[in-house]
Amino acid sequence: MRRLAPMLLAALAVLAAACEKKTQPAPTEGAQTAQQGQPATPAPGGDAPAGSDVILLGQVGALTGGQATFGISTRNGIEMAIKEANAAGGVNGKKLAIRVYDNQSKPEEAAQAATRLITQDKVVLILGDVASSNSLAMAEKAQAAGVPMITPSSTNPTVTEKGDFIFRICFIDPFQGFVMAKFAREDLKLSKVAVLQDNKSAYSIGLTDVFNRKFTEMGGKVATTESYSQGDTDYRAQLTAIRKTQPDGIYVPGYYSEVGIIARQAREVGLKVPLMGGDGWDSEKLFELGGTAIQGSYFSNHYSPDNPDPRVQKFIADYKAAYGAVPDALAALGFDAARVAIESLKRAKDLTGPSVRDAIAQTKDFPGVAGTITLDNKRNAVKSAVVLKVGDGKTQYVTTINP
Amino acid sequence: MAQLLQHLINGLAAGTIYALVALGYTMVYGVLKLINFAHGDVMMVGVYMGYATAFALGREVRGSLLGVAIIFAVAMLGCGLLGFLIERFAYRPLREKPRLTALITAIGISFALSYGFQLDIGFLPGASPRAFPEVIEPKEWIVIGDRDVVVWNWQVISLAIAVALMVGLQYLVFRTRFGRAMRAVSWDHRVAALMGIPTDRVIALTFMLSSALAAGAGLLYAIKDTSVSPLMGLYVGLKAFVAAVIGGIGHVPGAVVGALVLGLVEEFVVGYAASTWRDAVAFGFLILVLLVKPGGLFGRVAAEKV
Repeated sequence: MRRLAPMLLAALAVLAAACEKKTQPAPTEGAQTAQQGQPATPAPGGDAPAGSDVILLGQVGALTGGQATFGISTRNGIEMAIKEANAAGGVNGKKLAIRVYDNQSKPEEAAQAATRLITQDKVVLILGDVASSNSLAMAEKAQAAGVPMITPSSTNPTVTEKGDFIFRICFIDPFQGFVMAKFAREDLKLSKVAVLQDNKSAYSIGLTDVFNRKFTEMGGKVATTESYSQGDTDYRAQLTAIRKTQPDGIYVPGYYSEVGIIARQAREVGLKVPLMGGDGWDSEKLFELGGTAIQGSYFSNHYSPDNPDPRVQKFIADYKAAYGAVPDALAALGFDAARVAIESLKRAKDLTGPSVRDAIAQTKDFPGVAGTITLDNKRNAVKSAVVLKVGDGKTQYVTTINP
Repeated sequence: MAQLLQHLINGLAAGTIYALVALGYTMVYGVLKLINFAHGDVMMVGVYMGYATAFALGREVRGSLLGVAIIFAVAMLGCGLLGFLIERFAYRPLREKPRLTALITAIGISFALSYGFQLDIGFLPGASPRAFPEVIEPKEWIVIGDRDVVVWNWQVISLAIAVALMVGLQYLVFRTRFGRAMRAVSWDHRVAALMGIPTDRVIALTFMLSSALAAGAGLLYAIKDTSVSPLMGLYVGLKAFVAAVIGGIGHVPGAVVGALVLGLVEEFVVGYAASTWRDAVAFGFLILVLLVKPGGLFGRVAAEKV
């Protein structure tokens, strides 16, 4: 009996851990902000499953964890689009609702949340995620179930290669790697750069590959490629090794939570050259984590809040009124993705998976706030990218680079 | 050569902080034969206490010796209290139960703290990492050549603090009445109680001491890496535990040597090979030490009392 007690306790602990995970995802009802810990079953009143007078969409995003600002910005953008659509009469007389689950910045949680949206909530369409590793896990589930999925901002090429139900409304990594290589070579006139990649992230590795190849093709030299793992906090060893090669720029295609700290430590070991990165940098947290060290660095992005286009400025004003902040690119892409989805639902013959898929595939010259969206035959959007410079607490538009 | 020297300095700086965390594991293990897996998370809570204190004190805190002292004092006292509460309510009721029971509770407390702190309600900080304020203004103390080798003030300060704490702890354990009581409790707490030693009080004080130490170490870590996040305790705690085992768990100087060795091994692996290899090499090194010398570098293999 004495030996049994600890084993029972262990079993209980495992069970408790398992239960805890299941209750984590927080659904959002209607177009309200997410309420933590609400039951997953549809709430009565206005939010019934598809087939009645409400069309239910699903979103999986990182609301907690290392990429939390990504999921929250995307959710805000999607909510705005749905509110606008509902105010304008909904889709063919039906109102729209969205259910949001948190993937805690982890692929395994993303897959579980996608399965739940498909089997329990029976959504007509899934929006998400930002991080490519999470979208890949979700895409597998969505493709197998024949539910269309639109990722607003996953840039890894393999995401849409999962199948014909998976779409994206942003450009892909090879293009971002190319944009930064071109900018570094032609605008900044750099000849020797070092690369510091996150080798736990498909996104970072993808950008590094293309950047290294293009930068070399354009006559530059990649002095060294060092790597770190997501969640690290001490990068001095890598930066010391980079410093030895005396580069005139460093490409860091990672996410903001690590990049901010990397910038501080790079300055500390004596690297004064500009850092360069991709859209994974785009978060207000970057300014807090990077402080003055990150100022003067560049990253490629989907949109710039400086864009004078009235459509963009109206979006920014509306977003500020609703959420009290300047929308980042992820909010803009969330907004665009939801609007592409809504327009497609209006055009679809019916609300079954294949019909919605065909309607999305026909998206052409759609006026989004983050550029005009035309989907190619590989279900990727063909768009231009902007390069932004990090300033004191905000970014500054530098140039636009076309495919 | 310059690069080697720089890696050596960086590795020592990382190692000293592991050492302070490892000392907490070793003390509690020495007295209770309990691996306190919540130790790293107590450290994380201490860092957030320091973070909150720094903001309460305002911007002037940077570079002010009094400010730094207040931040360390608040975090260390707060964590001492937390250590007391954890011992009183999570471990003491289970003391006469098999040792595995307390180990599982320790893991439970660890997860409760690290995931609880990711919630975004009330005083809890939420999941995103935050920039830790520069409470010690970074200064380059020794610069060789064209910044080929740089020694920072905080590196020297944390080394000095770690050595002072180690010496102090060694003195406390072997030269004071409280230390004698600790060693007696560690030998056999039932017999120690029969000899008139207040075992409950000795154990509670040991926990408070190790938790306060963890808070101090955590603050040095946050100052070094300029960030704080709810999961930092799991990561640093595991590394410090490995360091304590390498040195011989229960052995005070062993924990420090183990931590310095681990810090250096990690730094060299990342500097000369790749960061992907770091954890594999660190844990491989642990396995190697345990194969060759099962008690750790300084420990003795004690026969289990039957």
